[in-house]
Amino acid sequence: MLPTLRVENLNVNFTQRAAAIAAVRQVSLSVWPGECVGVVGESGSGKTQVFMAVMGLLAGNAAVDGSVRFGEEEILGLDRERLNSIRGSKLTMIFQDPMTSLTPHLKVGEQLAEVLVCHAGMSWSAARDAARRMLERVRVPEAQRRMNQYPHELSGGLRQRVMIGMSLLCDPALVVADEPTTALDVTVQAQIIELLRAVRAEVGMSLVLISHDLAVVAGLADRILVMYAGRVVESASAAGLFRQARHPYTAELLKCIPSLSGPRLERLPTLRGQPPRAGDELVGCAFAARCPRVAERCRVERPLLRDGGEGAAMACHYPLP
Amino acid sequence: MLRYFLTRLAGAVPTVFVIVTITFFLIRAAPGGPFDQEQTLPPEIMANLQSAYGLDQPIWTQYGRYLGALARGDFGPSFKYKDFSVTELIGQGFPVTLELGTLAMALALILGVPIGTFAALRHNSAADYLTMSVAVVGIAIPSFVVLPFLGLLFGIYLHWLPVAGWEPASIKHLLLPVAALALPPLSVIARLVRGSMLEVLRSNYIRTAVAKGLPRRTLLLRHALRPALLPVASYLPPAVASIMTGSLVVESIAGLPGIGRYMVQGALNRDYTLVLGMVIIYSTLLILMGLIVDLLYAWLDPRVRLQ
Repeated sequence: MLPTLRVENLNVNFTQRAAAIAAVRQVSLSVWPGECVGVVGESGSGKTQVFMAVMGLLAGNAAVDGSVRFGEEEILGLDRERLNSIRGSKLTMIFQDPMTSLTPHLKVGEQLAEVLVCHAGMSWSAARDAARRMLERVRVPEAQRRMNQYPHELSGGLRQRVMIGMSLLCDPALVVADEPTTALDVTVQAQIIELLRAVRAEVGMSLVLISHDLAVVAGLADRILVMYAGRVVESASAAGLFRQARHPYTAELLKCIPSLSGPRLERLPTLRGQPPRAGDELVGCAFAARCPRVAERCRVERPLLRDGGEGAAMACHYPLP
Repeated sequence: MLRYFLTRLAGAVPTVFVIVTITFFLIRAAPGGPFDQEQTLPPEIMANLQSAYGLDQPIWTQYGRYLGALARGDFGPSFKYKDFSVTELIGQGFPVTLELGTLAMALALILGVPIGTFAALRHNSAADYLTMSVAVVGIAIPSFVVLPFLGLLFGIYLHWLPVAGWEPASIKHLLLPVAALALPPLSVIARLVRGSMLEVLRSNYIRTAVAKGLPRRTLLLRHALRPALLPVASYLPPAVASIMTGSLVVESIAGLPGIGRYMVQGALNRDYTLVLGMVIIYSTLLILMGLIVDLLYAWLDPRVRLQ
């Protein structure tokens, strides 16, 4: 079986004032058909940039190398026309901020329908019909009325439903959801996660869920990748990761998830220190400065991602058992 | 929409009234009068003239009479152009000025918007710097330099177009004046569009549109253009004002029978009614422009509400 998406040795560098800043370093990952992969990391860990590179959405000052295969096709460095025939139809993305991610002066219906007009060659009236049915599928109440409204007339949750519906119009093989709930109220967050779960069961596409919040990813992902300072530091099944994290960074992150049961804490646990800045030249393990298990070897030799058994992998010299 | 338009139009009447009143008393406060000449007229003739034009009446009576005539659509007789009413003078010249101004405005928009977009798409390239530098020159050079230069080039050296003069319904005579008049607003619009387009292209919704795999044309025309035109809409009223004042220079150099010259000549000659007539025309035009801009805003950005 071929993975839906295979990223190999991906590097993303930004040039800023003649200096190159590495945002993504040697990242490799696969997303299999029907699978939901959670990508977790702090801001600046490069998790979003990996998928910006996949979608061809990197800023103009970015240099990218490596390989991105979507199905059988290499899509990194593909010409714009060919890329445009893939993204938006078979490979789609949901963005973090639904308030600003829809075009303010176009009606919701038009923004949905244009995807079908563009990719499926539908007539506008057929596309509008299909768009309305999609709004009903993503549980937007009064779909017909919403079609003729502008984005600012919709609540944040509804707008994110519109974004999700937009991503599903052409039966995608892979949907990338970049922090889809971060800009929303907690109660709405739960609804959107629930919707993504339902849609996945219904459509059966692969889903990448990017989040800084392990708790958001926990309920949905089959497999979780943890990123730190532009690299994947741990990869494991969701169940395995929550049972026993192998990388100290993941273990520390898990400790930071507040729990409703258990003793009341005076302070929420936090991770000490700062992640390395993007421009820093790193020798050894990027997490060494914050790691409770740090040893001399960690500061001089960078640990490679290695097999940890049961499909798990971690980049650590002294992983947790 | 129509109701909004009519309400705003009705609201313009008091504005024009205030402008007329202020202008009426201001021009009267200026020293001298319409019949002052280097050789002073015999007192009897002066008295006759004064009474013929009603200038012997108290100023409040004159003001009342003027407003009464205005209410009937009569702008009064010109004090300087004998046997002509202000209505006739403006009626003859205004179509020429209006045509000149409309064409210049249209040219500025039709060229300025694509040039600005082009520069934004090639941000920080040589093409971007070149167009923006030319635009600065376009803003800086006054039309009384541009027009003779164009006349020299296209009229005298190349013999393509007439240097000056006017024939009804002849676009050839208008081309050079229109180009000279359009250059400054064209340059401003190009720079405005470049700036706003750069901002729009960096916005999240354009990123969404790119991720949707839309062709570049659709991306620019459907998603990026309208928000990028907002600053241009704000610039329209001052652009119209600058074209109206600019037409004074251009019309006199190109010998066009428009109304551009009446404003300054009228003020210098103390041709009270002519100045008032011009002020009324110009202020109405500007108020109308402001109204159009408001409607334009609502179209460009549906979050703007008309009420």
